[in-house]
Amino acid sequence: MSGILTFALIWSAIRLSTPLIFAALGGLFSERSGVINIALEGLMLAGAFTGAVATYELHNPFIGMGIGMLAGVLLAFVYAIACIKFQADQVVAGMAINFLMAGLPALISGAVYDSSGSTPQIDITHQLPAMNYFIPVGVLSNISFASFLAFLLVPICWYVMYKTPFGLRIRAAGENPEAADAAGVRVIALRYGAVLISGALAAAGGAYLSIGQSSLFTRNMTAGRGFIALAALILAKWRPVPVMIACLFFGFTEALAIQMQGVLKMPSGEDVPVQFIQIIPYVLTIIVLAGFIGLSRAPKALGIPYRKES
Amino acid sequence: MNVLREVLWPLVAVIAAFVVGGIIILLIGDDPILTFRLLVGNSFGSAKDLGWTLHYATPLIFTGLAVALAFRCGLLNIGAEGQLYVAAFATAWVGIKFGGTVVSVFGKDENWSWTSLPWYVLVPLCVFTAISVGAIWGAIPGILKAKFGSHEVINTIMLNFIGIALVSYFTQYYYKIPGDPIMQTAPIGEAAHIPQLNQFLPFIPKDVPLNVAFLLAILMCVLVYIFLWKTKWGYELRAVGENASAAEYGGIDPKKQIIIAMTISGGLAGMVAIGEVLGNRHNYYDGFSAEWGFWGIAVALLGRNHPLGVFIAAIFFGVLMRGQIFVDAFTVKVSKDLGEVLQAIIILFVACLQMYTMQRRIKGKV
Repeated sequence: MSGILTFALIWSAIRLSTPLIFAALGGLFSERSGVINIALEGLMLAGAFTGAVATYELHNPFIGMGIGMLAGVLLAFVYAIACIKFQADQVVAGMAINFLMAGLPALISGAVYDSSGSTPQIDITHQLPAMNYFIPVGVLSNISFASFLAFLLVPICWYVMYKTPFGLRIRAAGENPEAADAAGVRVIALRYGAVLISGALAAAGGAYLSIGQSSLFTRNMTAGRGFIALAALILAKWRPVPVMIACLFFGFTEALAIQMQGVLKMPSGEDVPVQFIQIIPYVLTIIVLAGFIGLSRAPKALGIPYRKES
Repeated sequence: MNVLREVLWPLVAVIAAFVVGGIIILLIGDDPILTFRLLVGNSFGSAKDLGWTLHYATPLIFTGLAVALAFRCGLLNIGAEGQLYVAAFATAWVGIKFGGTVVSVFGKDENWSWTSLPWYVLVPLCVFTAISVGAIWGAIPGILKAKFGSHEVINTIMLNFIGIALVSYFTQYYYKIPGDPIMQTAPIGEAAHIPQLNQFLPFIPKDVPLNVAFLLAILMCVLVYIFLWKTKWGYELRAVGENASAAEYGGIDPKKQIIIAMTISGGLAGMVAIGEVLGNRHNYYDGFSAEWGFWGIAVALLGRNHPLGVFIAAIFFGVLMRGQIFVDAFTVKVSKDLGEVLQAIIILFVACLQMYTMQRRIKGKV
């Protein structure tokens, strides 16, 4: 068993938690401002697809990731209009965004690349590089540029959320929008901003999946990570540093499960089937939610549309 | 006036979705008019067209009712997909184990069944299995919400992944005929087959698999209506959906209602297995569902969570499900994913219009 807990496992855990951290930090902004973001999955898919297309066409992963994030912002804007302007049910509208992103990339790639849902392979030299691309130190080859960015975002988000007026206003909009409004905070505009930020961040996590972790977009490649990120956010009680820890926890268990494949045996002596490995993050999510949701307290105005009294 | 409003807004959502869909088709470089003609123009013209449309609508009636009933209790059941998957596998399993299935493994006959029950025992047993296994899979997120307060949306999505992976495991390792290149179970016994309508109605072509499950679906619309509006249980369930704290004040236990609603909802989703396993494919196979569980959400929303509305909306989406095959085949650029995109846009528009329609909202924070 001692061979299992290796550096390889730690690198793998960091890789697997990277998209979760991006998405969960995105969700943090939106939910702290009072808008449920169950659309994280769809926003990730938007970033993954657009990022892959842009990287394939322009041969530059940084521009690709940027364009992917832009697509996330655009889609988040649609979501924000539905939730804030039209005061749509945020869970229903969020699922609509997710369904849209299950179909739209396939529709577009079918027309453009004549494929059924995936984009062409991106050359290895055009994928998001590891950190040794910038600083030529051997060990940094294990850490993707995206992972570096994700972990860097944690203190930034903490600072923005707790040490800037913008963060204070976001939290006020999510806790008590009436009082915030009375104090001169533009609740509606803030919520738009927060949802757009969540779109950019979730899309960055998605883009990492298609141009960093793998080399192309495939249909529904996020495989529920947007929802797992949401569970991590709840587990972390909507706070940036615990979000990172929760995402690392999910990433670590997934890495462990992958590594255990072929090592763990069934009672019959056969290898544990791949299906059992696949479901581990999902089972874990259910258990974690059931165990911890009672202990966490959501932002008070979460999910409630704000109507300005005139 | 009220009826007009109930019909008008869904219609607005559909038209708006087609406008947006048309723009998307233009942007990807194809002809929207031609595409939409292919999408809706092959649905009612002949007995064959109509038969196929109703066949595609049948699973959507079940899942639409499942989602609508949960909606009435303030719950969003995104898990109909997983519920129908586990129900379908379990139904096929019963059909194999009690249906006298004998399979040919590399030329040698092997008996995979325990016994061979007559159809009048086997069919009810299979139907019972479909409903109860779906109900159990639906009850889990209901219990989790009632006991721990974890949101049913995340839990049902997780249970979709888990359920589909588990039945894929059982299919691959235990119930696939060795050597079969397709990931599917052995066929169910013939005694478990339910009749297709072309056996009674000679004008329906033999290749249209429309079966008695369609009639069952109509019956379920009626039963769900009676349950929700004519019984005390249905009243209590809806009371929780309207206002949980008021209901609790009035002596109704919201937690109990949440579990009941999710259980019935899962059972309704499981009924998809009746038409598809017993009446159409006669086995379980990987990729069993054409995302019926997810389409059920659009069906319920467009049908205003009312059984009659669900029936009409299911026919409409049945048209799209049939039409997208023609779109896939006969347009240059548009693939069958158009149906899914339209469905998503319709959900989004219905959600946006609900401030005009007083649609009830999903309870709980995520």
